[in-house]
Amino acid sequence: MNDFDDLYMEVILDHNKNPRNKGNIDEHTNHADGHNPLCGDKISLDLIIEDNLVKDIKFTGSGCAISTASSSILTEAIIGKEISEIRHLFEEFHELVTTDKVERNNLGKLSVFEGVKKYPARVKCATLAWHTLIAAIDGNEEVSTE
Amino acid sequence: MIKDDFPILSQQINDKPLIYLDNASTTQKPSSVIEKIEDYYKKTNSNIHRGVHYLSQKSTEEYESSRIKIHKFIGSNSSKEIVFVKGTTEAINLVANSYVKPLLSKGDNVIISQMEHHANIVPWQMITKEKQSEIRIIPMDKNGDLILDKVDELIDKKTKFISVNHVSNTLGTINPIEKLIAKAHDNNIRIMIDGAQAIQHMRVNVKEMNADFYCFSGHKMYGPTGIGILYGKQEILENMQPYQGGGDMIKSVTFEKTIYNDIPNRFEAGTPNIVGAIGLGEAIDFIESITIEKIEKQEMELLDYATKRINSIKDVKIIGNSNKKASVISFVIDDVHPHDIGTIMDKLGIAIRAGHHCTQPIMDFYEIPATARASFAIYNTKEDVDKLVEAIEKTKEVFS
Repeated sequence: MNDFDDLYMEVILDHNKNPRNKGNIDEHTNHADGHNPLCGDKISLDLIIEDNLVKDIKFTGSGCAISTASSSILTEAIIGKEISEIRHLFEEFHELVTTDKVERNNLGKLSVFEGVKKYPARVKCATLAWHTLIAAIDGNEEVSTE
Repeated sequence: MIKDDFPILSQQINDKPLIYLDNASTTQKPSSVIEKIEDYYKKTNSNIHRGVHYLSQKSTEEYESSRIKIHKFIGSNSSKEIVFVKGTTEAINLVANSYVKPLLSKGDNVIISQMEHHANIVPWQMITKEKQSEIRIIPMDKNGDLILDKVDELIDKKTKFISVNHVSNTLGTINPIEKLIAKAHDNNIRIMIDGAQAIQHMRVNVKEMNADFYCFSGHKMYGPTGIGILYGKQEILENMQPYQGGGDMIKSVTFEKTIYNDIPNRFEAGTPNIVGAIGLGEAIDFIESITIEKIEKQEMELLDYATKRINSIKDVKIIGNSNKKASVISFVIDDVHPHDIGTIMDKLGIAIRAGHHCTQPIMDFYEIPATARASFAIYNTKEDVDKLVEAIEKTKEVFS
C-alpha cells in the first residue's frame, strides 16, 4: 500500500517496473504505432492473429506508469481471446476509466485502472494501448490520441 | 507576507495547503488586480474611444493611462509604441504578418533559436512557407546556452528578420539579447525579443537594449489573461501594415477608401480587452510597489536554494544549467515519467507542470519525452522549495 494507491495501485506499479510481453514479434500479422502527443507517450504493438484469435502480442514503447502498465496488463488480458471479445473488453475498459458505471463482468485485473476516472488528464494514458490495439486489429498502422 | 495578497494561495488542494509552482505558465493574481477588475465592471464598464458620455470617457482614460504605465515600465520613448494585444502569441503573429511577411521573397530567411516556444516557431514557419523562404536556427549547447558564434554563420544577405526569446520558458536560460540585438543591427536586420518569461523577473528597458520589437503577456506578470503587449519602435510601427481590419483602427471609411488610424490604435481593431489592459496596469503597480529589483533578488535566492537542493537528490537531473537563469527549474527523475511526477505532486497539493512546455525541439535536443518544471514567483518561499524536495523524494519512493 502507498499513499497514492487510488491511482497507482501496487499492480500498476509492478507492471510499470516489470512490463510483461515486452518486445517485438518479427512474424507478426498485425501491427500499429500509437502516439499521445500531449505526453510524448509512444507505443508499438505486434500481434499474431489467426482464426479470429489473438495468438500472441508484444509491445514496445515509452510512456508514463499508467500507459506502460496499461499496455502490459492489456497484453496479458487479450492473449487467446477472440476479436469480438476484445472489442467488447475495450468498451468495458473505456467505461471503467471514464464513467461511474459499476458493471464490469469481464475486466478482471484490468479493474485496477478504475482510479484513472478521477484523473481526466490521465485517461488517455490508460487508453492509448487500447486505441493502438484496435487500430492494429482493423489494419490501421498509426493512431494518435489527439 | 506577500502570499497573503493572493487569495487563491490560501486554499487547500487535495486536503493539502496549495503550493503553486507553475508560474512560468501563469502567475496568480493579487487582491489589488482582482478588485480592480471587479470595480471596473461594477462602476466604470463602458466602451472606449469616441463615447461622449461619462463612463466611456472614464473607461478610455483608464485604458490609456494603463498604456502610459506600461510605456514607463519598459522605458519606451512614447506610449504610442505600446500596442495592446491578446498576449505574446498574438504579438508575434502580428509582427510576422504585418512587418516581416511583406519583406520576404523567395529564398530569404528568418532566424530563430533552438529554444523557442512553439509560439515563436510556428508563425515563422507559416509565413516562410507561404513566401518560399526558410527559417534558420541558432543552436544551443547541453547547458542550455545559445551558441552565439554560430549566429554569424547563419546571417547572410537573405536574412530579413531575427526573433528570439529573452528567457527560455523550459530551461530558464537568460539569453544574451544585447549581443544578439547588436549582431542584428550590425547587419541591418530588425529583431524581436519574446519577453514572455523575462518581464516578470527582471528590469526590462527596451530603449537601452535597443530592441526593434519586444512582447510579453499580462497573465505571467500577475495580471489577467487575454492581454499582452507588443512594443515596437515608433518609426517601424508607423510604416507597418495593419494586422486586422475593423472598428477603432480607422480614421474614416467609405466603400471606396479607408484611412487607417494612427499608431497604436491602427493595430487594435475592434473592442479591445479593456478590463484586461486596466488590470495589467494594476499588476504593474503591484510589481512596482515591491520593485522588480527586489523581486529579482528574492527569486534568484530561491533559484539558488532550489537548484542546490534538487541537485543533491540522487537520480534527479536538472535540464537547463546555464550560468544565467531566471527562476525556472526543469527536472527529470530516472525511470519516472514527468506526468507521474506531476500527478504525485498534485496529490500533495503542489502544482507543477509536466510535459514538453510547448518546446518540443528542446525535448528532442535532450532526447527526453518531457520534463517536470517548477517555476517560482514573488510569493514563493524556501518552505515551498522544501515541500517540493520532499515531494520529489516521495515520488521516487512510490516508483522505486
